[in-house]
Amino acid sequence: MNPGKLWLLPLAAAFLFPAASAGAATPLKIGFPLPLTGEIPKVGESSKYAAEMLREEINAQGGLEVGGVKYPLEFIYEDNESKPESAVSVTLKLINLDEVVALVGPQSSRQAVPAGGEANENKTPMISPWSTNPDTTRDRPWVFRAAFLDPFQAPVAARFAAKQFQAKNAAILFEVSNDYSKGLADFFKLVWEEQGGTVVAMESHGPRDNDFSAQLTKIISFKPDFIFLPENYNFAALIVRQGRELGYKGPFMGSDAWGSAELMELCGDSCKGQYFSTHYAAAGATGATREFIDKYRAKYGYVPDDVAALTWDAVNIILKAIQQGGEVNPDVVKMREIIRANLASISNFEGITGNMRFDEQGDPIKCAVVVRISEAGEFTAVESVCP
Amino acid sequence: MDFIIQQCVNALQWGSFYALIALGYSLVYGVLRLINFAHGDIFMVGAYIAFFVSTFFLSMQIVWPEGVVLAFTVPVTVILTSLVGVTLERVAYRPLRRKGVNRLYVVITALMCGLTLENGNLALLGASRKALPSLLEKQIYDLGGIALTNVKIMVIFTAILVFVMLHLIVTRTKAGMAMRAVSWDPFALPLMGIPMDRIIVFTFILGSGIAGLGGIMFAMSYPVLDPYMGAMTGWKAFIAAVVGGIGEVKGAFVGGFLLAFVEIMVVAFLPSTFRDLFAFSILLLILWKRPTGIFGMPQATKI
Repeated sequence: MNPGKLWLLPLAAAFLFPAASAGAATPLKIGFPLPLTGEIPKVGESSKYAAEMLREEINAQGGLEVGGVKYPLEFIYEDNESKPESAVSVTLKLINLDEVVALVGPQSSRQAVPAGGEANENKTPMISPWSTNPDTTRDRPWVFRAAFLDPFQAPVAARFAAKQFQAKNAAILFEVSNDYSKGLADFFKLVWEEQGGTVVAMESHGPRDNDFSAQLTKIISFKPDFIFLPENYNFAALIVRQGRELGYKGPFMGSDAWGSAELMELCGDSCKGQYFSTHYAAAGATGATREFIDKYRAKYGYVPDDVAALTWDAVNIILKAIQQGGEVNPDVVKMREIIRANLASISNFEGITGNMRFDEQGDPIKCAVVVRISEAGEFTAVESVCP
Repeated sequence: MDFIIQQCVNALQWGSFYALIALGYSLVYGVLRLINFAHGDIFMVGAYIAFFVSTFFLSMQIVWPEGVVLAFTVPVTVILTSLVGVTLERVAYRPLRRKGVNRLYVVITALMCGLTLENGNLALLGASRKALPSLLEKQIYDLGGIALTNVKIMVIFTAILVFVMLHLIVTRTKAGMAMRAVSWDPFALPLMGIPMDRIIVFTFILGSGIAGLGGIMFAMSYPVLDPYMGAMTGWKAFIAAVVGGIGEVKGAFVGGFLLAFVEIMVVAFLPSTFRDLFAFSILLLILWKRPTGIFGMPQATKI
């Protein structure tokens, strides 16, 4: 080597071995493939806000303590544009380029099902806070979640609707290109027919539709006792409004994807008095949940929705798994293995969305709540259903 | 029977939006032989302008009588949206026309302009959706089992009115005659002393203004605005314009309603999953029989 270039050596070393040259502990990198734009941007925003709040809290104390050493947290947020194909590409980027030790997200099953496949193949632990479709974690030892499942949510909604509306005839409208919406619609139909009800109409729409008048006119002509809408909040807002404009006076029953902070802004008065099943109810919460809600509202100016609360829990589950490992292995592959092993061994976790136990598929067993949208636009708990 | 009439009303309302957007496509194509792919996004910008204008009026410390905000919002939005269209023409299309480049490049530029508008909106306003404030107390009328709202009636009448006016402008006025002349022979036109650029600007004002009007109506009917709302609706309206015979005002109007009727009737009598599949297959069949569209005339060169 030309001795004149020797001065480059330490520089090269600094690039090649950043851990060795930096005095402090290396940051723990966690990746977040979130829907920051596209169909459900509010979901992305509140997940990011909740995660940031937690990161700032922990880093303010010097970082996460693992085996006596404090490691600062580094969260990398990527936008999956609410699309399945972008979810796959940003997940791969986080895994291969950013070398994160774990992934939190994507949120909607539409993105979480394909992204989960990539995480599993690349042996990176992933936890989806909000995805409720069984396929996200099914036969994927590296994929976990913090939400309950649709096969559990469907009977909760079905039983509640049967009791509350004294309903026999149900109609369903769902988004055909959304794994979440379609899956939940199918489960609901199954359960509803099992408990002796009839599904008089089952209609669908595409991902970029605005006009549902044809489907709704058809549904209304069958005179259902209520309409089940397993829809994202943006569609729920449009569909409920249009249903009313077409003269439908009966109730709507929604699912957990209604629970965004943006629902009432888009839907206005039309959604008041409707019910949906969800993960937690902000109105009337107590204890750690209350504390979280107050902190979040003080920081960001609105009541956190279920995604924010679930993301908070999901990140905490990952952090708990890291802490249980007792060491931070500089080799990212080994570190991922440690985290996965510990995630799988967590038997009980006390989160702000309730207590969770995990089964062998990596799915939590936890309670669901049915909330009513009050006249003030708040989501008030009416009933809590536990498995 | 009620069911069919109700579905027809639904189709009339939905078709009004297609027709309003398709008119703009057709107008610009008719004059410049340019497919203005940014048109759907101009429609989106129109809806956003309506949102900002109406929120601005509502935020003033004045109690407005019923409908006044709407009466202000409509002209302001139409003017501002047509300015957007004219700006696009000035900044993007005119320089290319001056250089005499192949029309293909102008079409690609139009596509890029559309994407710029979408992503510019995303960058400026963020991804979260906007809800248009209520500008008109909603009335629901029940006519023997057929549900109508005042907004729906307004939308349908607006579309018809705009079509009639546009038809009159194109066929009965000097400006209209000049517009037809530009499309007939753009090279002979300046020799006749007709200011070509002014006619083109006039065309863009008309087309974008109508898109802006469509944007307000759309936002009032479906009050959830997002930056990509113009893309899909715009595409479909473009297809409607082609099926009707692009370049023909009549064609755009009929094509818009035709597409909406096919879409709505597919849902009414078949599983709704087939909506777009069947709708577009039927349109394909029409184009197969009549490649120039229902009212279109065969032409020597098209893109």
